[in-house]
Amino acid sequence: MPFDALLENYLAVFLATIVGAGLIATALIAARLLAPFSNQGNKRTSYECGMMPIGQTRTQFSFRYYIFAILFLIFDVEAVFLFPWAANLVNAGHAAFWEMVLFIGILAAGLAYAWKKGVLQWNK
Amino acid sequence: MLLAAPAIDIDQPFVNAALGLIAFTLVMTVGVMYATWYERKIVARMQYRLGPTRTGPFGLLQPIADTFKLLTKEDLRPATADFVAFELAVFLIFIPALMVFVAVPFTADWFISAIPLSLLYILAVSGLSFIGFLLAGWGSDSKYALLGGMRAAAQLISYEVPLIMAMVGVVMVTGTVDAYQMILYQDTVPLIVWQPLGFMIFLIASIAEVERPPFDIPTGESEVAGGVFIEYSGIRWSMFQLSSYVNMYAFALLGAFVFMGGWEWPFGTDVGWGLQLLLTVVKMSLFIVFYLWVRASFPRLRPDQLMSYAWKVLIPFSLAQIFFNGFIIVYDLPDVAYLISSGLLTVGLGYSAIFIVRRGEPRKPLQMVPARATARKPEPEPAVVAAAEGAAT
Repeated sequence: MPFDALLENYLAVFLATIVGAGLIATALIAARLLAPFSNQGNKRTSYECGMMPIGQTRTQFSFRYYIFAILFLIFDVEAVFLFPWAANLVNAGHAAFWEMVLFIGILAAGLAYAWKKGVLQWNK
Repeated sequence: MLLAAPAIDIDQPFVNAALGLIAFTLVMTVGVMYATWYERKIVARMQYRLGPTRTGPFGLLQPIADTFKLLTKEDLRPATADFVAFELAVFLIFIPALMVFVAVPFTADWFISAIPLSLLYILAVSGLSFIGFLLAGWGSDSKYALLGGMRAAAQLISYEVPLIMAMVGVVMVTGTVDAYQMILYQDTVPLIVWQPLGFMIFLIASIAEVERPPFDIPTGESEVAGGVFIEYSGIRWSMFQLSSYVNMYAFALLGAFVFMGGWEWPFGTDVGWGLQLLLTVVKMSLFIVFYLWVRASFPRLRPDQLMSYAWKVLIPFSLAQIFFNGFIIVYDLPDVAYLISSGLLTVGLGYSAIFIVRRGEPRKPLQMVPARATARKPEPEPAVVAAAEGAAT
């Protein structure tokens, strides 16, 4: 029964994806019916300030994006641990609090290390 | 079938949720159309302009005209674009924005579905849209779109962390992850009083999450020429705009019921749905007006300022907030301690924003631009004033 109740509650989430997809699909179909379409000339080239694109369009970008993604991953996993701890802290007591402070402290030390190494600085 | 229950039991919540969702989607679409009208009016007034006036009284028919214009506009896709990624991106950005509202309590009785752990659900779902931006950036096969997509992803994930940490602080104070219980907790005092730092971090991070100015770096016209939107035209572009506004509504509602007390504060649970809905809408509108106000007031940040602000200022301060909250709970200090610790940290946040983010930058003397009044009527020279005063005495 708990599973059924849970399913009932999350049914609306599933429905929301269908309604959302339906709304977008309706709009796209309406545009397909109402709007003019033609493929003449260079209409279907990528935009590059009005001239023909030069070189490869999938260009290089800064590797720093990856480092931020890794940092984000660490803190996001931390958040998963923090939520149940935060909701039950009143009953959990002193030991649970100081253990989590240690955990947060280790992550904060990692952030400080990344900061010191210049990871968070874009223009060196 | 997975479900072995009788047909009526399944049908009832199914039909309920479907009707609620469809009604909500229609109201929301009209709401977004008029949000664009409202934004144009407000920003116009802030810039000494009138905004739309020609279409209908006060330009009220402008959003309808815009909709038809966008519907009948030619919709192009670059020949070299990745078909699946390009088409899927629109769906992947809009659907998470809509999914947020499933768990939002509008009044004490009006919500689409009573999801347990609804705050966690809202935070998780609202963080999904960066996948859509990455897909749009990669699928468009354009240099600007790729740069814009990477910027969007970096910004969204960076500001996700302080947003979640601010919410952890709120969860510690209320002791629940259910948004409904969280609203009931605020029947006398809204959480903005106990957690001003959490509120400030939420306010800043939510502007960054919905990519509105001054955090509109992924779509900056002057830098990446519209970013991920560049290859999307006509109705697809308007779908991106729609999801941006829906996201803005979602974060305004989240702020309204997490920090401002939702429908509960200050009248309580028993005042009836009319007044409660009004309270929710008024509190949500306060946030939206704030977002528009910020848009009209501040210039766009640089990408490096944006990232270092999230990682060097907001995240350390939100971690400090979690520590102080835990300390107060575990050692049974009075509630005023929340206000004192969080308020002091808020003051610290304001100062450190200046010192940490701007450290290492070359100092340039401020150049004052004369205001319009002084340009029209130049102030008399000090010598002239002194001479006039001397003549008077």
